[in-house]
Amino acid sequence: MFQVPSLSDLNVAAALPAVVLALGACVFLVVDLFVPRERKHITAWLTAGGLSVSLVLALLSLTDVVTFGDGEEAFFGMYIADQFTDMVNVIVLVTSLLGVMVAYNYLDRTNMQRGEYYYLLLFTTAGVMFMGAAGDLVVVFVALELLSIPLYILTGFRRPQEQSEESAMKYFLLGAFSSAFLVYGLALVYGATGTSNLREIWQAVDSMVAGDTSAQFLLLTGAGLSLVGLGFKVAAVPFHMWTPDVYQGAPTSVVAYMSVAAKVGGFAALLRVLVAGMPNFMLDNGTSAAWMDVTWLLAAATMIVGNFIAIVQSDLKRLLAYSSIAHAGYILIGVAAAGVPRVADEATQAVLIYLMAYAFTNVGAFSVIIAVERDDASNTGLSSMRGLARTQPLLAAAMAVFMLSLTGIPLTAGFVGKWFVFKAAIAADLIPVAVIGVLTSVLSAYYYLRIVWMMYFEDGDGEAATPRPLAWAIGISAIGTLVFGFLPYLLSDMAREITLAFGG
Amino acid sequence: MEASEVSIELYVLLSAILFIMGTMGVLLRRNAILIFMSVELMLNAANLALAAFARQWGNGDGHVMVFFVMTVAAAEVAVGLALIVAIFRTKKSIDIDDLHLFRG
Repeated sequence: MFQVPSLSDLNVAAALPAVVLALGACVFLVVDLFVPRERKHITAWLTAGGLSVSLVLALLSLTDVVTFGDGEEAFFGMYIADQFTDMVNVIVLVTSLLGVMVAYNYLDRTNMQRGEYYYLLLFTTAGVMFMGAAGDLVVVFVALELLSIPLYILTGFRRPQEQSEESAMKYFLLGAFSSAFLVYGLALVYGATGTSNLREIWQAVDSMVAGDTSAQFLLLTGAGLSLVGLGFKVAAVPFHMWTPDVYQGAPTSVVAYMSVAAKVGGFAALLRVLVAGMPNFMLDNGTSAAWMDVTWLLAAATMIVGNFIAIVQSDLKRLLAYSSIAHAGYILIGVAAAGVPRVADEATQAVLIYLMAYAFTNVGAFSVIIAVERDDASNTGLSSMRGLARTQPLLAAAMAVFMLSLTGIPLTAGFVGKWFVFKAAIAADLIPVAVIGVLTSVLSAYYYLRIVWMMYFEDGDGEAATPRPLAWAIGISAIGTLVFGFLPYLLSDMAREITLAFGG
Repeated sequence: MEASEVSIELYVLLSAILFIMGTMGVLLRRNAILIFMSVELMLNAANLALAAFARQWGNGDGHVMVFFVMTVAAAEVAVGLALIVAIFRTKKSIDIDDLHLFRG
């Protein structure tokens, strides 16, 4: 007999931050219809309000001040509300709030002030939140699409401008292509284990007979194809080709947001599928998971290619695109390190710490580009940084902080992230990868510090405008980058209890 | 298993062939709509595999996933075709070789 489950059976309360945001997005979608065209700022403020409510709920839940719901699983194991989810929620909500702030004036002056922008942003954010909380392969897939489809639209938001449309097209085709890989990978994982629930997959992998080669083959292929699909999303080499073109052509306010949000979502799903679902998938009775070797190879390739190509870039957005590829490599080191069971928790925490640091730094860096960009999307070349310290000393100082943080100089958040990731890699005996990470970081100093040099020691117009919400966003990002750099224990305390392992 | 029943391996093999055909289509075709159709072929290859595995395991998880994949694919079509139409209006072409504004 089929019974309709009640709200308490579903444990909806446990998923409160995400549910509030998703419902809010649906409500704003309708409310926006009644907001007159020239007053779309109202939608922006509503969106910021919705994000703030959700952020407060996520923070309360992360700090254990309030426990929502009854137990960690909601919607019959589809949604997992643990500390990992909370931290992912906090990172992405902060990013979205900054994303709304940087978009506010930018949309006005580029004639894009349309309500859709804000609720598409909310839907993407909800997608990332559900990805972090995924307890089932179905949720991984649906959340990935909820994250991606609004981003395709946002990338092309500046239509009919040709660059924006072209990058939307590229993003869409490669994004859909990568989703197909993910779906096929998930299908094979289901074929190998007979369930789509991550906890049950973990149990099935545990009890998988060592000699059952066909199931192992299916699982290995499935994990590999999922890695390809999510590798596209996080822009890991060799699946990174779309990144520079999309970042260069898309509206800068969208790039500021998606360069972080899509990465957070991709890595959260990667961790859920690989580290929570199949940490015990070992071939030949090894000591590390079967997916670890390929992951660290990807990490190494991503760091090397990203950093080397970034050196020769002359466009700021393109340079930061390659820089974001390089950073995907550093984060992948953490994912690879989680393949060794005894380091899994430490490595997972390192990935989240890195993402938190990266969120503030990278949104900040793109906000500075928004400040110098002209209304016709020009002036994003490296030369636009020349003389910025003379005309806009505060803006230049903030940009210098972001560049130092992206390089990984001590006393910035970027250093803290790299420190934890490399520490996890060494604990997992991935010393060669950690060495590559350190060496490529040194290399990256060249192109990051060149920007600082240009701002302070070269002459130029240094034209830039920082209207209010944009200035707030830059200020908050800079303060966040510095505070986490000076007080790294804030980040490590936040992540301390995070574990992806299913108990028992 | 009855003798007349098609075995699971054949279904999975067929789905793998469809998936590879889709992948080749994406990589070799130059027309945006055909690339998009190839992606749909890849998704449906996954659907076939899911349905086959669901019968093999005798549970509904695979079927549920098929429904979600179909629904999401429909949403993707809506956005994808809109993008293709938009780009055709500006460029008068949907050949992806004509997408070459970015260099570097």
